[in-house]
Order: sequence, then structure tokens, then C-alpha cells
Amino acid sequence: MQTQTEIGYNTKIEGDVIVTRVDAALNWFRKNSVWPMPMGLACCAIELMAAGASRFDISRFGSEVMRFSPRQSDCMIVAGTVTYKMAGAVKRIWDQMPEPRWCIAMGACASTGGMYRSYAVLQGVDNIIPVDIYISGCPPRPEAVLDALMKLQAKISQQPVLENVNAYKLLTGAAKS
Amino acid sequence: MTALESANKIKAQFGDLISEPADFRGEVTVKLADAEQITAVCEVAKGQLGFDYLVDISSVDNYGDDPRWTIIYHLRGLRHGNELRIKTGVSEEKSELPSVLPVWRTANWHEREIYDMMGIRFSGHPDLRRILMWEGYPYFPLRKDFPLAGKPSDLPGIAFTKPAPLEGGPFVTIAGGKDAISREPRIRNPEE
Repeated sequence: MQTQTEIGYNTKIEGDVIVTRVDAALNWFRKNSVWPMPMGLACCAIELMAAGASRFDISRFGSEVMRFSPRQSDCMIVAGTVTYKMAGAVKRIWDQMPEPRWCIAMGACASTGGMYRSYAVLQGVDNIIPVDIYISGCPPRPEAVLDALMKLQAKISQQPVLENVNAYKLLTGAAKS
Repeated sequence: MTALESANKIKAQFGDLISEPADFRGEVTVKLADAEQITAVCEVAKGQLGFDYLVDISSVDNYGDDPRWTIIYHLRGLRHGNELRIKTGVSEEKSELPSVLPVWRTANWHEREIYDMMGIRFSGHPDLRRILMWEGYPYFPLRKDFPLAGKPSDLPGIAFTKPAPLEGGPFVTIAGGKDAISREPRIRNPEE
């Protein structure tokens, strides 16, 4: 008895050919290997480590390759309190990350400054870098990190890739002429 | 030798400069009248009385009073286990007192922190730089006349600050409130 309809790729019918759009394929590559840049600044970083370890296992979503070099990473996860003293370093590391890049603000501090309404703390990392996903919590559970990652994957899969390339060519072409 | 006996020995050496030792719940405090003598007093405490460990140096801003600053030295002897507290006052106009770095090397960072947060200078300190805030930050944030939200500052290429939105705060908890609602952090006026 067949309980579910088989949908998707069927080798018997379609042979070795898959028909898709380039945008969709590139986004599929991108969203399933998001390499995080763990910007661990406070206790949220501990929960981020838990998300990376065996119990929660972020590698189920293709993001287990935590890179401590900004040049090899796609997604900066700002986990913790960003002080004004640290803000310059965070911005500099963000600027070193190659496009395409995304940012997750993990926890209350990174999103809004959290409970630190004081002279020393930046009131939200979105004051210096663009944030794609905010996670609530103080600190958030690892499940919340995984949920944010899934939301980021959904966002990546909606982003046009080739249109950006065309726009880039147009811009650079316009700059030359 | 108890902490009180140690304090009396210091008083015997320095006379009127040292106040009568105050014993409160087993903690002994002496007050030093002239902050310029702090290094000499600390040398006696370490060399003759065995207070070989400087636990902490802290500072108090008595805003509106004179002297404005109170510097507090917490000493401990690791052999005899006694603790002694030495307090001394510094006026706002002076805002400077001798470093105790020649006595305890650990005083280095303690004094830098007080300089950073309160703006009190320590003469004879070899490296009196800010330790928590960055060089060039124009304010001393733990002074009573500095707002909790902070003030705007900008040092291009290094750091900037903006006042934090307090939204009517600061939000204060009351310890020992009768239920969770009354203990919650809320905007509270001082007279409540």
C-alpha cells in the first residue's frame, strides 16, 4: 500500500536531468551551507556553543562550520552585549566579510542593548551593521538559534542572485562610462 | 594579633593622622586624615603588620560634600587572615594622591580603574591610562554628576557613544517586596 505520493525527482521518468532556475539552484547551495562567524561577546555565546554541540546540532542545517576568520564566513551571529569599545571591532570584522553576507542579532543585548541602558553599551548592533534576523531571549535557547537559522534560510531562498549580478554589471558599467 | 590590635599599632605610629579604629561587625576601619601619607601607612601595614595582600581599592563620590572623594583600601594578611580597611579623603580641587604601587604591585590596575571611572589621579603611577574606556573618552562615568544614560562622544576611527534611551527609567527593583509584581523593576521615585 502506498501511503504517500512520491513527489520530486524521479530518475525513471526524468533521467539524469533536473530542470530548475539558476537563481533557485544557487540559493539552494547558499542556504544549506551558511558558514557562521560566531561573534561571541557574552553569555549568548554559551548558548550558541550549545547550538553547535551534539544535543542541538546546528550541522543538521548545514551551518556547523564556525569560521573564526571573517573572510571565510557568510553569516555573522552577534551573540552578546556590544559595548561601544567593541563596536569598532565588530564593524571592522563585518566589513571584512565577503558578499553575500547575513547577520543574526542573537538575544536582547545584540538586538536592542537589552537591560544595559548605560553609557557603555551600544543600543542594538543594527546601529552599525544591517541585521537580517533578530532573536529574542536573554539568552535565547539553542532552539531559537536554529529557528532563526531556518528563517534566514527562507530569506536566502527568496533572494535574487542573478538580478544582483546584472545590477552590479550595470552599476560598474555606468561607473566606467 | 587581631585586626583591631594591628589598627592600634598603626595609630601608635602615626598619631593624630589616624582616627580611632572603628570596629563594626568584626570589620576594622581606620581613617587617614592626610592622603599624602597613604604610601607610608601602607608600607607599615605591609612591612610590620603582615598585610601582604591588597584586596581592592575603591572610591566614593560624596557629591556636594567636601572632600568630594573617598578612597578605600581593603587589606588582608594571608598568614594571619585579618582584614583592615583604610579610608582617606581627597578634595575635588586636588583629585590626586600618591600611588601605593611601590607597596603592592597589584595596585596598578586598581588605580587605573579609579582614574578611568572617577578621574582621580595617582602620583607616581608609571602607566596611568584608562583601563575600561578608551583613551580619549572625555568623561568619567562613575561620577555622581554623570547621567546614567551617558553623554554623546565621538572619537573617529576608535569609538563613539550616544545617550541610551531610558524610557522614563532607571528601573529599580525593591528587594523583599511582598510579591513578584512589587519586586519587578519599575520606574520608582526616590520618595516612594
